[in-house]
Amino acid sequence: MLFNFITDHLLTWIVFLPILGMGAILFLPKDKPNLIRWTSAFFTFLSFLVSLQLCWSFNRAEAGLQFVEKMAWIPTFNIHYYVGCDGLSITMILLTTLLSFLCIFASWGIKEGVKGYFLMFLLLEAGMLGVFVSLDFFLFYIFWELMLLPMYFLIGIWGGPKKEYAAIKFFLYTLFGSVLMLIVMLSFYFYSEPHTFDLIELAKPGILKVKDLNIFGIALSVVDFKKVLFILLFIGFAIKVPVFPFHTWLPLAHVEAPTPISVILAGVLLKMGAYGLLRISFPILPQETYWFSYALAILGLINIIYGAFCAMAQLTLPQEKGGNDWKKLIAYSSINHMGYVLLGMAVFTTEGINGAVFQMFNHGLTTAMLFLLVGVVYDRVHHRRLDGFGRELFTLVPLSVLILLFGVYPMPVLNLMKASLDSLLTLLQAS
Amino acid sequence: MESLSLNLALYSPEIILSITLGFVLIVHMISKSNLFTFLTALVGLVSAGGASIAIQSFAPQFFFAGQLSHDPFSLFFKLFFITATFFTFLFSYRSYEIDEERGAEFYLMTLAVTVGMCTLVSSINLLSLYLSLELVSIVSYALAGFRKEHPASNEAAIKYLLYGAFASGTMLWGLSLLYGFTGSLNIYSINATLSTNSLNPLALYSVVLMVLFGFGFKISSVPFHMWAPDVYHGAPTPTAAFFTVAPKAAGFAIFIRFFYTVFGNNSGLPDQWITLPHVDWAFLMSILSAITMTLGNLCALWQKNAKRMLAYSSIAHAGYMLMGFIVLSKEGLTSILFYLVVYFFMNFGAFFVVGLLANKTKDEEISSFKGLGWTSPWVAFSMAVFLFSLTGIPPFAGFIGKVYLFSALVQKEIYWLLVVAILNTVISLYYYTYIVREMFLERPTSDKPLLISPLHTFTLILLVIPTFVLGLSWEPLFKYISNSLQFIVTP
Repeated sequence: MLFNFITDHLLTWIVFLPILGMGAILFLPKDKPNLIRWTSAFFTFLSFLVSLQLCWSFNRAEAGLQFVEKMAWIPTFNIHYYVGCDGLSITMILLTTLLSFLCIFASWGIKEGVKGYFLMFLLLEAGMLGVFVSLDFFLFYIFWELMLLPMYFLIGIWGGPKKEYAAIKFFLYTLFGSVLMLIVMLSFYFYSEPHTFDLIELAKPGILKVKDLNIFGIALSVVDFKKVLFILLFIGFAIKVPVFPFHTWLPLAHVEAPTPISVILAGVLLKMGAYGLLRISFPILPQETYWFSYALAILGLINIIYGAFCAMAQLTLPQEKGGNDWKKLIAYSSINHMGYVLLGMAVFTTEGINGAVFQMFNHGLTTAMLFLLVGVVYDRVHHRRLDGFGRELFTLVPLSVLILLFGVYPMPVLNLMKASLDSLLTLLQAS
Repeated sequence: MESLSLNLALYSPEIILSITLGFVLIVHMISKSNLFTFLTALVGLVSAGGASIAIQSFAPQFFFAGQLSHDPFSLFFKLFFITATFFTFLFSYRSYEIDEERGAEFYLMTLAVTVGMCTLVSSINLLSLYLSLELVSIVSYALAGFRKEHPASNEAAIKYLLYGAFASGTMLWGLSLLYGFTGSLNIYSINATLSTNSLNPLALYSVVLMVLFGFGFKISSVPFHMWAPDVYHGAPTPTAAFFTVAPKAAGFAIFIRFFYTVFGNNSGLPDQWITLPHVDWAFLMSILSAITMTLGNLCALWQKNAKRMLAYSSIAHAGYMLMGFIVLSKEGLTSILFYLVVYFFMNFGAFFVVGLLANKTKDEEISSFKGLGWTSPWVAFSMAVFLFSLTGIPPFAGFIGKVYLFSALVQKEIYWLLVVAILNTVISLYYYTYIVREMFLERPTSDKPLLISPLHTFTLILLVIPTFVLGLSWEPLFKYISNSLQFIVTP
């Protein structure tokens, strides 16, 4: 009976278990930090277990959405609580629950404001999971924004020396992106016939009836107007990815955030932009996305080259000039890796998208682990200078570092290699 | 005398409020206790609220010889004002700015403003409109200067008075011109004359501008906003909270009723309006709306005083609400009313926390918020909820309010204003988080938590919960507001 109740609403459970955990923590006394830590570990673990169950019962042979739940939320505005998952989101859900669970343990070292920290952390997890399961644009947007608040506090309160600046920069940047998305969301709603926020419905041809527009006598044809909508949406996602001109918040936020939050940022948050492109831009505005694909490929290339050069500069630039920082190196390498994801998407083939998703998952895992390692090392030696480690690093974190490092710099056998290769090969095919 | 008793019944909320006003004085004289006076005022407000709910069963009609209108629109606002006054009283009790022995004075004046506002929203005659508007204004001047010993409060009162006198004088001139043109005081007859006889557009335009002066002053829209920061800053905090919410809502209510009835006509489609030919006040207001929100937000960026910052933010919010005004559709008006309700909770809440803190520190500097999140987490949490809601971040009510305002614009495809509003949202995040930063990101200087009375804790909870709940489930309120918009009754 109870088991059925859980299996019928798997996705809801995954999303709301962390929120239940928040409720539990709220009633725990402030002066028992270990109890709070274990409670949050328990709830994230439960969420992880449920997501394993989800993967287990996910039917791989079947295309389309599974585990769909749909409930009217605000009937007058046609908003639904509509969740479901397909192969794309299930990967991301698994990644999120796994990393969140691991990060709870990485957060053991947080001494100050433990209760607040774990409350915020669980809220963040719920927000991230919510984004990956939502199939209603409004719901998607709520979860998308819901993440901002805990992230702001997590960076701002428990971060490094420049945490305030990093936190507000992250907040302003992402809010800017999401309000642009809000415009698109509302236009989708009012141009669709019948008015709907349903992402699946909107993707059906003929639902979205965008009209010509006239702003102060300047005519904007349907084609151009849709392109404008696409660009607005793209900027919203590009800030999260981050795509080249919008990336400046990322190194700062990564460096200043506490280790587990850097892990979440690199592991999950960056994937959200790419996920949003795949979930919303590709199906709903396919022609515009196709029109933009060359630009997307170029932006991806810039990300790859620029990110790699910036990461490299960390080796040569002295610390006073903002270089020589291990965390920053990984942050820039994330920009580089997200470039491959963009590239994979830009080629518009099955292999390309596959490669992109694969890369998303792998990058999520490897970069996250690298950040964890940096955190471990930092806890012991209290610096992150790249030239500050000699042989003693090997005594600290022996082989695992090497494996992971090579995972990031694509080596055969290791997983990222496959993903990068996929993206590149399809690009060659396409050209 | 069937009709007299009916008229009186329809006017019962105001009558009850006036009786309460008298009782407050008597009770205070006899008991000399602030508590009894306070309770009397609350009981009066609750019964006035009850009366305005009870008279909802009467069919919409004009009463008092066509001076006032009984319709869902005015009832909605009456309830709104009574609730706002109720919270103001809860706020003012034991506030450091309201002396114990002068409590009765405070209640008396605030109730008088409430009576004025309640009459104002149901006025359909220029005479009653102007009289009730003046009742609101003149008592407000006194309220702004309530802290006699405080120079800023005195300055606020005199600024408010001078500016207000100028504004209402100009408006009166506009109204008298309107009477001269049409020969009628009733807004429906004025509209009938204006839409059939073609007047000189220039004359009509100047009338619109003059009337706009008066209303714009009340809702503190640019360029009639100059008084607002000083008055909100100088007035006692409960009064400032009251001013930013109730008279502003009254201004919006009468603004909507007057402009949509007198200078607008039904476009033929249901729930759509058009402006009178040659007088495109909707476009004019859309420009004012863009300037109002931008100016309010940009000025708020530099403030170091929480009250002053919130004052500028309330100007910005007037700009947001004007967006619903200019689309000339029922959706737009619904979104204004919805936003007003949401705005009441979040803005009043923010002022309330500022006031609670000021009771301890005796000033409202943002720096005194330092470390509040560590010493009194719940108060700081509520403040953060109010501020994020004011920014318009989900899952708080402010977001939903903004979504409705924005969607009214999208529906009419007024994208340029939408872009301005959206950029403003981002700007406003910066200064709202300024307080949040002080509260949570800074460490406290002392460990002493903020002591607040149970009454104030209760009030805070009453304000926080709607800010949350309306962000997640707003359907009932939205439906109620949709039904409240039948303000055009056919006589």
